[in-house]
Amino acid sequence: MAQVADRYVGAEVRRKEDPELITGEARYTDDISVPGMLCMHVVRSPFAHARVTSIDVSKALAMEGVFAAFSGQDLAGDWAGPMLMAWPVTEDINNPPHWPLTKDTARYQGDGVAVVVAESRAVAADAAEAVEVDYEPLDAVVDMEAALKEGTPLVHAEIGTNKCFTWTLTNGDIDAVFARAPVKVKERYRIQRQIPNAIEPRSVLADPTPSTGEFTLWTSSQIPHIVKVGMAITTGIPESKLRIIAPRVGGGFGSKLQVYPEEALALALAKRLRRPIKWTETRSENYLATHHGRDQIQEIELAADGNGKILGYRDRILVNMGAYLMIITPGTPLLGAFVFCGPYGGEAYHIEFTGVFTTTVPTDAYRGAGRPEAAYAMERSIDALARQVGRDPVEIRRMNFIPAFTEPTPSPGGLTLDSGNYESTLDRALELVGYEQLRKEQQARRDSGDIKQLGIGFSTYLEMCGLAPSRVLSSLRYAAGGWDAASIRVLPTGKVTMAIGTTPHGQSHETTFAQIAADDLGVPFEDIEVVFGDTELAPWGMDTYGSRSLAVGGVAVHRAAQKIVEKARKIAAHELEVSEEDLDYEDGKFMVKGAPDKAKTIPELAFSAWTAHDLPDGIEPGLNALAVYDPQNFVFPYGAHICAVEVDTETGGVDVLRYVAVDDVGTIINPQIVDGQVVGGVIQGIAEALFEEATYDENGQLLTSSMTNYLVPAAPDVPEVIVGRHVTPSTTNELGVKGVGETGTIASPPAVVNAVVDALSHLGVTDIERPMTPERVWRTIRQAKGGASK
Amino acid sequence: MRQISVTVNGTRHEADVEPRQLLVYFLREQLGLTGTNVGCDTTSCGSCTVLVEGKSVKSCTMLAVQADGREITTIEGMARNGELHPLQKAFHEHHGLQCGYCTPGMIMAADSLIRESRNLTEESVRFGLEGNLCRCTGYQNIVKAVLAAAEETRSADAAAPAK
Repeated sequence: MAQVADRYVGAEVRRKEDPELITGEARYTDDISVPGMLCMHVVRSPFAHARVTSIDVSKALAMEGVFAAFSGQDLAGDWAGPMLMAWPVTEDINNPPHWPLTKDTARYQGDGVAVVVAESRAVAADAAEAVEVDYEPLDAVVDMEAALKEGTPLVHAEIGTNKCFTWTLTNGDIDAVFARAPVKVKERYRIQRQIPNAIEPRSVLADPTPSTGEFTLWTSSQIPHIVKVGMAITTGIPESKLRIIAPRVGGGFGSKLQVYPEEALALALAKRLRRPIKWTETRSENYLATHHGRDQIQEIELAADGNGKILGYRDRILVNMGAYLMIITPGTPLLGAFVFCGPYGGEAYHIEFTGVFTTTVPTDAYRGAGRPEAAYAMERSIDALARQVGRDPVEIRRMNFIPAFTEPTPSPGGLTLDSGNYESTLDRALELVGYEQLRKEQQARRDSGDIKQLGIGFSTYLEMCGLAPSRVLSSLRYAAGGWDAASIRVLPTGKVTMAIGTTPHGQSHETTFAQIAADDLGVPFEDIEVVFGDTELAPWGMDTYGSRSLAVGGVAVHRAAQKIVEKARKIAAHELEVSEEDLDYEDGKFMVKGAPDKAKTIPELAFSAWTAHDLPDGIEPGLNALAVYDPQNFVFPYGAHICAVEVDTETGGVDVLRYVAVDDVGTIINPQIVDGQVVGGVIQGIAEALFEEATYDENGQLLTSSMTNYLVPAAPDVPEVIVGRHVTPSTTNELGVKGVGETGTIASPPAVVNAVVDALSHLGVTDIERPMTPERVWRTIRQAKGGASK
Repeated sequence: MRQISVTVNGTRHEADVEPRQLLVYFLREQLGLTGTNVGCDTTSCGSCTVLVEGKSVKSCTMLAVQADGREITTIEGMARNGELHPLQKAFHEHHGLQCGYCTPGMIMAADSLIRESRNLTEESVRFGLEGNLCRCTGYQNIVKAVLAAAEETRSADAAAPAK
């Protein structure tokens, strides 16, 4: 351990997670079987909107190997409450109840209407086919703008409208700023619907102990702790009788930040049938049963002075809720509400979100959750402003950046930013991308009339993450807190067990958090075991989403380690017969000042604390500590991404030639892991710009219904990403850390779209709808050239 | 039910399977080899890739009865005598995995690619793995890992005494 200046933090330590993952030993939920286990299959509505007039399960029940089958009505009495919705963003929000199975009306293609339990996955699927459901089709509502018009069919007739809520945020005198500004820009963008596509489909296994009324629920979830609360509310099973385990989880990207009907169904059926119940979705089922993301229509206005200095931001946004409100469906856009101004200054700011019900799969968090939409609006509209005032996209950004700061600084969005040097990330990105050379090549291709035109696109984004100060969440009407916890036990032999409250699913918490604790406690990294994702073994936590794990949970680890050190210091002072002030602490060792060979190590003191033979008065045995950390502010990662594309003006094909990402995510614990997060996120965002879109037809049928027609990119479809690191430590926490999980998907879509627009700007192109498929690009070029677009 | 005989990771198994049983569920549910994962139902993602007679096959698209009499290698069979396979080591060293769900399939596909191709380049690795989807890594470190493992395999082969 003596290399890297004796510190793990900052070193490219190889991951603790890997050995079991690369050998196939890792257990994801579907890998787990328990004796007596039965398989569940959900019967889903093929219609986007239909009244369920009758359900006959008798033929399914008659099949060999089938144990039970129930309609939504049959199970109506099993629920203590509807599914958890934790973010009523306004007092008057419409929140119609969402039951694990619908009782009478299907409101999206995929809405569960019945459930079958059988001895195997295959028999359950066969039996589901035998369930006879009579539907009376109703009109679908797919388009958000149409949904708000008078006379449009209602998704929830009982509320009398398809409007869910309108939420506004205003800072400064927005009308006055717009009235006096000489330059105004107005843009309209559509943020298309995405399907998250974690490669592990969701899976659930509910295991009852009927004699005690206890249940263990394994679930492929990012949020076992919140699932526990949600399941207690919906199933009525006492929270004290529920143990939720998220074992290895194969990616989430927000799609497993959810409390799902199948979790409640598996528990309810395990309770009824007194048998373990397993359910695993297929991929095509995932597209109908797991929430989607994004889906906004944005009207963006900027007010600026004659030079292009921004004075005000005014944005009106429609947000597609889908058919029901799930855990944070209405709150997701709010996560971006404060950063529609990016890293830029200004005097006034106004955001209005209107949530709209449609007969589609509910939306909720998807990697970035609200912030990619905000960054897109800002980074596209600032380019529009640049065009209007005749400035280069670099120049317009430089003149609008909030100047570098190291002390908390206010933003037009109304938040206090932690630390930033925006221009410095842009300088570094320009250098890495070879900007001058690219511009020259672009000009040369223009001059020669090259079929393949070059474009350069920028995204100098700002995001907020590290969710979140509990009091701020309260003011936004979110129903839970934003703290997190870590519990460290130094075992009698000096090994360490650490239980964390965040729930990894690819982010490398075990490695990163062990690096922090190893430095703090002066114990070898290899001696630290990290326990997570189990509400019995790691009971305190708020789980993983919103790039919060390190900025909240990692700080909790550091604080728990500090508590250990402070307790150990008392024992060391007692044993060495000096006062606590006479001890120096370094690398896990307490040394008497001036006599460093008189020393005690943390492992030695852990043994003393365990035997308890000679502890100072008032000190409890055991070297354990729990820390719960509630941050006082968010953290604000930022950076500069530059994308160079080649656009084939004859086919509309777009090729990303070079992509540079310079991100500032505060202090870096493990550079290799941080770079991995950045690259993965950037590629996911490039896919959002170029390939991915969930599309419905006018009847509410999902057209992108499987992985064959929803285009998750493969290796040859995407470029290499050049990563440049930049560090301004956060002032929000003592580790100086921010968050890195979402920067890529927040930053990259506008960089790519701006690049394609730039490549075609000489034709007068100012916008291309995303995803920028070859067909869309080709049509845009044809239109710009004055040809028929057909 | 049909009786089949397959050799998996060097062990011979006689088993009764339903004719419609897919190879991947035979491996996972009948043999308990859960390292091979299922990520889709359209042969798109490659999470279920195994080697059949040394060649990569998506085991969700092959029936168990079709494996009768064949030799199969899964991720569980890659490490030998406690020594990780060069691809396993390279994925660890180059951070070629995050959530790890696609990793077994990715490693099996890469193994087949390395043995079938000479002089792999970044581009040929990317095209060689196009049947395997990863949502976490953006592929960059997977490509690095495969190139590193290919290099190690080549050096080891060159160093091995000629037969």
